[in-house]
Amino acid sequence: MTEPEEGRTAAGAPSPETPLFEARGIIKKFGDFAANDDVGLTIRAGEKHALLGENGAGKSTLVKMIYGVMQPTAGAFYWQGQPTVIHKPAEARALGIGMVFQHFSVFDALTVAENIALALPPQRMRDLARRITEVSEAYGLAIDPRRAVHTLSVGEKQRVEIIRCLLQDPRLLIMDEPTSVLTPQESEMLFRTLDQLAAEGCAILYISHKLEEVRALCDTATILRQAKVVAHCDPRAETALSLAEMMVGSEIGDVEKRGETTAGEVRLKVDRLDLPSASEFAVALKDISLEVRGGEILGIAGVAGEGQSELMEALIGEVAVERNDAILIDGQPAGRANPTRRRRARAAFVPEERNGHGAVGDMTLPENIILSHHSAEGLARGRWLGSWLDFAGAADWARRVREAFDVRSGTENPVATSLSGGNLQKFVVGREILREPGILIVNQPTWGVDAGAATVIRRALIDLAGRGTAVLVISQDLEEIFSICDRIAVIHHGRLSRSYPVAEMTAEKVGLLMGGAHPESTEITDVEAA
Amino acid sequence: MILLEPRPQPSRALTLLSPVIAIALTLVAGGLLMAAMGRAPGQALYVYFFQPIHEFWFWLTLPADQAAMWIYTPAEVVVKAIPLALIGAGLAVCFRANVWNIGAAGQYTLGAILGGWIALSAPEDASGLWLVPYLLGGVLAGMAWAAIPAFLKVRFNANEILVSLMLFYVSTQLLDFLVRGPFKDPAGYGFPESRDFGAGLIMPVMVEGTRLHYGVVLAVVACVALWLMMGRTLKGFEVRVIGAAPRAGAFAGFSRARTIWFVLLLSGGLAGLAGALEVSATIQQLQPTISAEYGFTAIIVAFVGRLNPVGAILGALVLGVSFIGGENAQIALKLPKAVTGIFQGMLLFFLLGCDTLIRYRVRLAWAARA
Repeated sequence: MTEPEEGRTAAGAPSPETPLFEARGIIKKFGDFAANDDVGLTIRAGEKHALLGENGAGKSTLVKMIYGVMQPTAGAFYWQGQPTVIHKPAEARALGIGMVFQHFSVFDALTVAENIALALPPQRMRDLARRITEVSEAYGLAIDPRRAVHTLSVGEKQRVEIIRCLLQDPRLLIMDEPTSVLTPQESEMLFRTLDQLAAEGCAILYISHKLEEVRALCDTATILRQAKVVAHCDPRAETALSLAEMMVGSEIGDVEKRGETTAGEVRLKVDRLDLPSASEFAVALKDISLEVRGGEILGIAGVAGEGQSELMEALIGEVAVERNDAILIDGQPAGRANPTRRRRARAAFVPEERNGHGAVGDMTLPENIILSHHSAEGLARGRWLGSWLDFAGAADWARRVREAFDVRSGTENPVATSLSGGNLQKFVVGREILREPGILIVNQPTWGVDAGAATVIRRALIDLAGRGTAVLVISQDLEEIFSICDRIAVIHHGRLSRSYPVAEMTAEKVGLLMGGAHPESTEITDVEAA
Repeated sequence: MILLEPRPQPSRALTLLSPVIAIALTLVAGGLLMAAMGRAPGQALYVYFFQPIHEFWFWLTLPADQAAMWIYTPAEVVVKAIPLALIGAGLAVCFRANVWNIGAAGQYTLGAILGGWIALSAPEDASGLWLVPYLLGGVLAGMAWAAIPAFLKVRFNANEILVSLMLFYVSTQLLDFLVRGPFKDPAGYGFPESRDFGAGLIMPVMVEGTRLHYGVVLAVVACVALWLMMGRTLKGFEVRVIGAAPRAGAFAGFSRARTIWFVLLLSGGLAGLAGALEVSATIQQLQPTISAEYGFTAIIVAFVGRLNPVGAILGALVLGVSFIGGENAQIALKLPKAVTGIFQGMLLFFLLGCDTLIRYRVRLAWAARA
């Protein structure tokens, strides 16, 4: 198959019509689960190509295959029209594919130049430092090659990664959610660099779920939903709403609703909660107010990193808020109460990260029952050293959770890490639901969970609300929010919109709120820098 | 190529086997070291490790009347094991919380200093009741010394490894100053030593004809109590959760700062107790050196004991044997005392290496792919 294909000149050099990179019919299966299902992607030189999709849509899987980190189950890649198999990242780099990961792979103890030297063929450090300075000046990536990496900001570390890629003369640069760790100013500078690179003919594959960003930067977009390509489009010709609809499915807003609910008393009230950010990259919470009544489910929508984790920490009580009456549980002030006191007031919590936050991976399921139930459910009585643990009681709890939520495990009381993601999630959700709490607060109830487990969990949340519990669901999955919630609010830059009954809510409204606009007026809610 | 593959579950069997493999590897490497030093490896290892064990075995088989005669060596192993078990059990709890108190030797020294001050302040004909404030003083001084890294870690996030280790050097200078100054025996011909403790301040011997003292009861009680705490109480659970997953600890409502204080004060207090106990039982006065290296050896004890306070008893006996073996080797083989430290260091080195096998399995892959 060495014959020049259509669109190639006899000399073998690609004609301008030949795409730089093409993926055809890519399938990637993990067991029975298809992470990529017949995915096609075409990238031309100098193109700024967005790869859009919700968490779990298959974006990362696709780029990992392009960069040679994993292999497709079926399908083929073409580089400049030639079928190409990319076994490992070194081969991808040799072709001219560079990648900047979301989490940087730099050594803190080394200097910028030393870090970059590690990725390149051996050469004199002085020459390398000169080339780094040249590249950094040419692309506006100001950095001193002699600085130690641990003294750099996150944005500067990302520049190190970009410079490392640029020194290898990439033809295709993959950026995995690059702005998720950047301040707005840093993002602005990054976009200028990417524009310049594209103008020089380097193609950019830009992975994101931030719609405004993609519309501002990219000239082409491929949209993935549930492992499949649902659209190729020009993002500049679309609106944030139309992109959102393609990402989450056009059925937004007309998913089957649950029956009429009778809301009871206000059980959870958050009143003008403010929380300064704990670190440079945490989001400060500003003036958050909400109410959840017994029997209803309030959903908080929003893209990643808009303050959801910070709100969750404040609601659990991992960080105390200044005003005790900023959080009321059944009318009782709890803003300064620790998680144990909140649980005794019949509140229950499921954080986003099941392994390491909601559960201890190396501990058994009964021990993980004790983790949240020790004082609230009498599994440890008394205080301090006198409080003996009731292991038999904990084992009984674990058995009931396993039975009620069909948690499948190899052994009777396995350690938490040995459970699959879906089973562990059913366990941590079930552990809280079986308490019959007055208030249940869940962050990302079905994140990274298979469809079967997701259905079990959503059903259980609806049933719990039906028994009079106030349920607060924080989720980035709009479909989920629309399908289980009675009211929806949107979090953006640490502020929460007022809530709207789901019947009045449309994907358009949610999209606008996610972008920070006020749906009923032209008022701009906030443009504060981080 | 040797591949390390993660196991689905940590292996329980290897958790217990790892020290055994490590001891075996230490013996092999130690044998090579002996050969390099021109000693017959077999004989050297016998003197080092098997002779003390052999003697102990031999002693167990003796009839009661003769056993009393030959009890000295086994008792000496236990004498060494007492401070090791006390400190090791405290460190096991501390390490479980992912807090690395490396300066137990300093807390031990402070325990000896404050205890010593109480002992030297007591009347010469003081009764045995003085041992109560004496030992409590040791505990409090150890806790106070450990409070420094605890405060600095909680308040400023200072690294407790460095702070506690460096405070050990401060403690040795302090002891040195005291025995050359305020504590010096006026009738001691200028030697840097305190006067001997009064009879009431000497830990009573438990078995006639040996140095085995009632500290062994304290050590066993402390180890068993800590074992119950770690396995059965909410406090122990808190320590384990904070060590394994700090965010899950926050979710459970446990305070990381409070846990750091707790484990450092606990391990510091036990090290201080060991210091006071050891000085009262075996040295019976303050000197510039008071066997503070027990504080470092106890780190190995904690690991050999699988970070389990009862396991620390076993670990203390193993390391106790290596001290006795080291003394034997000095006499029989004319080897320097430093060889004991080398053996103990190798044991920790191999043990930490073997612990990888708990979470990973080794697979040999004959790489053939181009």
